[in-house]
Amino acid sequence: MSDIRVLIVDDEVDFLETIVKRLQDRGFIAKGAENGEQALDYLQHNTVDTVILDVKMPGMDGLQVLQTIKLRWPLVEVIMLTGHASVESGIQGMQLGAFDYVMKPARLDDLLQKIRQAVERKKLQEEKIHRAQNQ
Amino acid sequence: MSATTDYQALHWRLFTSFLSFSLVPLFVLGFFLYTQFSVSYKEKVLDGMRTLVENRKSAIELFFEERVSQLSTLAHSLEYENLIHEQYLLQVFNVMQTRSKSYIDIGIIDQNGNHVAYVGPHPELRGVNYKNEEWFMPAMSSGLYISDVFRGFRWIPHVIIAVTVRQQDKSFMLRATINLDIIENIVRSAQVGRYGDAYLINRNNILQTNPRFSGAILEQPAGPDFSRTSTTRLEEISLKEKRAFFAATYIPTTHWVLVIIEDPQEQLSPLLRARDWGGILFVLAVVMITLGTYMITRAIMTKLKRIAREKAVSDDMVFQSNKMAALGKMAAGIAHEINNPLAVIGEKAGWVKDLLHKENIQDNPNLKECDDAVTKIEYHVDRARKVTHRLLGFARRMEPIREVIDINKLLKDTMVFLENEAHFRDIGLVTDFDAQLPTITSDASQLQQVFLNIINNAVDAVDHDGEVTISTRFDDHANEIQVLVHDTGPGIRQENLDKIFDPFFTTKDPGKGTGLGLSISYQIVESLGGKICVTSEIGKGSTFTISLPV
Repeated sequence: MSDIRVLIVDDEVDFLETIVKRLQDRGFIAKGAENGEQALDYLQHNTVDTVILDVKMPGMDGLQVLQTIKLRWPLVEVIMLTGHASVESGIQGMQLGAFDYVMKPARLDDLLQKIRQAVERKKLQEEKIHRAQNQ
Repeated sequence: MSATTDYQALHWRLFTSFLSFSLVPLFVLGFFLYTQFSVSYKEKVLDGMRTLVENRKSAIELFFEERVSQLSTLAHSLEYENLIHEQYLLQVFNVMQTRSKSYIDIGIIDQNGNHVAYVGPHPELRGVNYKNEEWFMPAMSSGLYISDVFRGFRWIPHVIIAVTVRQQDKSFMLRATINLDIIENIVRSAQVGRYGDAYLINRNNILQTNPRFSGAILEQPAGPDFSRTSTTRLEEISLKEKRAFFAATYIPTTHWVLVIIEDPQEQLSPLLRARDWGGILFVLAVVMITLGTYMITRAIMTKLKRIAREKAVSDDMVFQSNKMAALGKMAAGIAHEINNPLAVIGEKAGWVKDLLHKENIQDNPNLKECDDAVTKIEYHVDRARKVTHRLLGFARRMEPIREVIDINKLLKDTMVFLENEAHFRDIGLVTDFDAQLPTITSDASQLQQVFLNIINNAVDAVDHDGEVTISTRFDDHANEIQVLVHDTGPGIRQENLDKIFDPFFTTKDPGKGTGLGLSISYQIVESLGGKICVTSEIGKGSTFTISLPV
């Protein structure tokens, strides 16, 4: 587990700080971004396995960020975090390629489980690609 | 209730105005027709009387003219010397009487008033001197004299015609007594019906014939005085509280007046009969109109009430739907605003817990307390989270999945979840499914949530020992399926019925229900194009009806 790299994007700084600390505490390589631009900037320079993305943010909103991520780094799995009246936006996110969605306030255990599943899928995808390239 | 009195007032107003608009023309028409009819009928009766009286007058005139001309011809053509011989006079009299028995007797009077010859039933008149009789001088000078009825020497009412003739240098008078019966007969033929009367009077209002009723010849008649009549008069006169039609005409030949009396009651009896029939028909018409008006207004009121009721229901639906939409928006807003701080609180608490678990909390009672507190915080954040998530569920408007559903099967599947609970509480789950129920296209999982919710509520309402009946039926009129969930619980009070679909409204004990179940059910059913309604009777139970379009 120690090598899972997670980027959390949320405009709620208190939430962001804490969850980053808790994930780090559990051995994740966790990093926080306060908005979409920061997140994309970080992804530009770093490799990330999973992005946890708040749907509603000032500036670029979660769905826009999701679309950009999926366009530029298709293998990066994205878990949508919705605090809004937004099962729709969660589902919409999934239609746009998000791995899953979690409703705020989420239990950390639920979130961890989804992160692990996402990473598993990413690994599978990577392996498939790897095999395809080797053949 | 005031609405009921309003309806009653309107009903009454409609009824009376319909009735008056129907009856007033009927009354006017009836009155007009009756008046017109009675006036023209009376005119007809009076016309008949005029014809009759003038006809009788002509008959009397003709009779007297014929007698006068007969006597005059005799007097002028026969010799006085012969006439005074009674044998000869008898022959003449017999010739006169061959055609009609118009005369009683005949006599010859010389210019001194001596009755020189007589033929007839009163031989005592022979030789009587008439010189001092009041009629003698006028008769002698005018050449023709027709008397009124008088008694004369024989003391029997009679009429005479006297013709005076001058032969050589002597005058003599041929005097004949008219058979009064003939005049009586002519007059009597004008006595119409059972109560009609006719009589002759002279210029002094003395009866010349015997009337049928009150009075006798040579007396005054009981009726009004018509002796001054100059032509023909028609009158309606009340006599002793009794109405009567009078027709009177003057007969110049004899200077008499013929009076005919008719009983309006009798003469107008066809009119009166028509009036009675008309009256009966009129009453029937009034009864029918009243009945018809009553039935029509009642039908109108029933229709009106139904429309008002339907409108109230649809208003209610619209209102409820608007209310739910507004509440949904608000709930979503609140849930969102609370979720973010809640997330922060949850994470902070989690972090504190993470940190505590790195310390040796068993040795430090304060840290142990902290751990307990944080656990509690996490627990309550979780509780709040459930509420906000349900609220969001209430507010969400997901596009429902469309699939073909057998409602009966779905209900059976749903009931499985509740059977244990119901059995444990001695509540019978009774089903009454319509086997012919058509399938519908809807969202099965959402509907299941609704059924689960409502059946669960019903079970909760009964509490224990009772029955929950779930029935289905197809309303082909509205083309919808209805699912009825009836419980034998205590019922819902009227003031609560209006709020039952509001979010957070609950009658359950605090902590046992969120008050969101029915609101969510309402939202779901509405988004599926159906509706939920509830009827309840205190002490008997409640019925939830879920209608879904086919």
